[in-house]
Amino acid sequence: MSSGEPVDAFAAAQSDSRRSAVRLGSKAGHDKRTEALFRDYADPDRLRRLAGDIKQHTLDHLDMYLERAQTRLEAHGAKVHFAADADEACRQVLAILHSRDARRVVKTKSMATEEVELGAFLERNGIESVETDLGEFIVQLDADKPSHIVKPIMHRDRREVARTFEDHGLGAYDDTPEVITRRARAYLRRKYMQADAAITGANFVSADSGRLVLVTNEGNSRFCLAATRCHIALVGIEKLVPRDRDLAVFLNLLARSATGQTLSVYTEFITGPRASGQPDGPEEMHVIFLDNGRSDILASDARDILRCIRCGACLNVCPVYRQSSGHAYRGVYSGPVGAVLTPLLAGERFKEFADLPRASSLCGACNEVCPVDIPIPDLLLRLRDRGKRAGARPAGAAPSMTTFARLASKPASWRRALRFGRLLGLIPAPLRPRALRVWDKNHVLPPWRGGAFRKWMAERKRKRP
Amino acid sequence: MARRRVPQVDGGTKAQAAVTDARQRILDRVKAALAAVADKRPLPDYPADIALSRGAEVPGDAVARFRERLHAVGGRSFTDAAALAAWLGEQRVTRGYCDPALADWLAPTLGAAVALETTFVRERIDDYQFGITRARAAVAETGSLVLDDMTTATRLAALAPWIHIAVVTPDRIVPDVAAAIAALGDDPNIIFCTGPSKTADVEGILIEGVHGPGEQVALIGA
Repeated sequence: MSSGEPVDAFAAAQSDSRRSAVRLGSKAGHDKRTEALFRDYADPDRLRRLAGDIKQHTLDHLDMYLERAQTRLEAHGAKVHFAADADEACRQVLAILHSRDARRVVKTKSMATEEVELGAFLERNGIESVETDLGEFIVQLDADKPSHIVKPIMHRDRREVARTFEDHGLGAYDDTPEVITRRARAYLRRKYMQADAAITGANFVSADSGRLVLVTNEGNSRFCLAATRCHIALVGIEKLVPRDRDLAVFLNLLARSATGQTLSVYTEFITGPRASGQPDGPEEMHVIFLDNGRSDILASDARDILRCIRCGACLNVCPVYRQSSGHAYRGVYSGPVGAVLTPLLAGERFKEFADLPRASSLCGACNEVCPVDIPIPDLLLRLRDRGKRAGARPAGAAPSMTTFARLASKPASWRRALRFGRLLGLIPAPLRPRALRVWDKNHVLPPWRGGAFRKWMAERKRKRP
Repeated sequence: MARRRVPQVDGGTKAQAAVTDARQRILDRVKAALAAVADKRPLPDYPADIALSRGAEVPGDAVARFRERLHAVGGRSFTDAAALAAWLGEQRVTRGYCDPALADWLAPTLGAAVALETTFVRERIDDYQFGITRARAAVAETGSLVLDDMTTATRLAALAPWIHIAVVTPDRIVPDVAAAIAALGDDPNIIFCTGPSKTADVEGILIEGVHGPGEQVALIGA
C-alpha cells in the first residue's frame, strides 16, 4: 500500500481498454447476482438483513466465539496460533515451514495473505510460493496487483494474458481462454505435487464445530489439500460465524452475490488433519487467527465493515469502481469496501488514504447489494469526518466549501447572501469565487432566483394571517 | 544428547510464550473494544429453511431434482452402470482408477476395453483418464456431490483425472444445502462438489476443467 494519485485522477488517466474491461466485467457480475437472487428468493433483502444480524452478533461477542473456535479446532487436532499484525503472521508461517523443512508452498486466493503480503515475504526468505487461482497466478507472473476481490484480472484482456504466458515460457502466443487454462492446469499440477505445504485463507469458521470453510470454483484449494502434507490457514478474526447452521445462510448468499451461482463449485469443510485411512491430504493443520488492525476497527464507529464476507458485489455495482478499476484504490481491498477498509487498516497512516472515502457519490448502491447489509455510505461519511478531524489534505480538485458553510449556518447571514446573490451574475467569470469557477467549467450559471421562496412565503402569510 | 536438547526446549518455550502472548493481547483488545458497545446484537432466531431457494421447498423426487440441477451446472448423471459404460466408450477412455470397493461391481459392465486400477499412484496422476470413487451423499437443491475422507478412497483420484465419477445411492440424496450442512458429522474433511471445476477469470469466459475434473459425473445406483 502506498499513497498516490487520487481515484478520479487514476480513472481519468486509465486506458480505454482497461476502463471498458472493468465496466463490462463489473456490470456482468452485478447482472448475474441480481438474476440469481431474485430468481431464487421472494425477498432477498430479508436474507441479507438476517446475515448482517448474525455476523454483527458474532462480532459483538467475538472474544467468546474466538475462544470457542480455538477449543474446537484443537480438539480435532489442529494447531491454533494468533498473530497481532502482518509481521507476526508472516513470521509464524515461516516458523511452521521451517519446522517441517518446507521449501515450496502452493497458495490459494486469500485476501488475508494479500493483506500481510505473505507471498513476497516467503520469496524473500527462500520459500517458493505459487499462487494457484488462475487469476492470481497470472497476477503473480506479471508482478501485478489484483484489481478485484473475486476476479483479480478483471482489468486484463486475453491478449495481455497470452503475452504473459509467452514471456514466461508457458507456450507460444495463444489467446484462446481454453488454451490458457489448460496450460495453467498442466503447469500448476506439477507445483501442487512438488509442494511441501499449502497456504489458504478461510471464507468462514464455525465457532461451534471449529469447521473452516473454503470456497473455490477452480478446485485449486482442494488440490492444495489433496497433494500436500501440511495445511496453514491464515484467517482474519472477523471470519467467525456462531454455528454450522448459519453457514447455510452465508454460503447461499456468498455464491449468488459474488458470481450468481447457487453454490460455488467446491465448498470444503475442514476441522483438522486428514482422517486415518485417507492417503491424501495434510497430516498437520495450523490455523493462524489474524488481527492486523481488526480489533481497532472493532473499537471504532466503522465496526460494521467487519461483517464483510468479500463477495465483491459492492465493487460490481459501484459507479466509481466501474470507471476507475480496483487499482485506483491503492490497497488490497478496492471499491466501496476498500474505501472503508484501506484507510482503517492503514492505522497510523490513515491520513494517506483519507481521500478514498471521499471518492464516492454516496449513491447507496453498495449498501443495497451487500449480502450482510453493511451501511457503507454511513461509514464513508464517518471516515470523511475522521479525515477532516485528523487534518487530512482536502481533495485537490474539490473547491473549499468554507464560505458556503459560513453563510448557510446562520439565518441572518443566509438572508443577506440571498439578497446579494444576484450580484454574482455581474462578476465576470474569471473573478468569481473558486468554488464557482470549478463549477463553471461544466455548467452555465442560471439567472439568480435566491430568496424567491422566502418572498412567496412572506406574501402568503400576509394574505392569510 | 541432553545438552544439545536444552536450547531447543528454550527456543520452543519462548516461541510458545510469544504465541500465548499474541493470543492474550488480541483477546484483551477485542474485549476492550466490546466493553464500549452498548447495544450488542442478539443471535437472531430463524427457521432452518430460511435460505431454501424457490422450487426446492416443494417436496418431489429427490433423484430427478438432483439430476436436473447437476446437469444445469454442467455435470452428467447416469442411473445405471451400462449407460455410464456406453458414455465412457464414447470418450475413448482406456484406463482409470476405481475404488477397490466398487471394482468387482463395475468391472464386468465396463468391459475388458477399460483397465481399472485400484491403487492411485501419485507419481502418475496424469495417467488416469478417470477416477471412480464413492460419494457420501448428494444435494438435490444444488446438484452437489458430497465427498468425505471416510467414504472417498483417495482425495486425488476424485480430483486429478479429467473425468470424476462419484457413485451415490439414491437414499443418500438430501433435499437441500441446509440439510446437507446439518448432516456434516465428524469427518475432518467434507467437500461439496457442484459440477465440473470452473473459471471465468479470463474476460469472464467460462472454461471448465481448471485444476479439477472437466467432467463431473454422478452414478446413482445401489
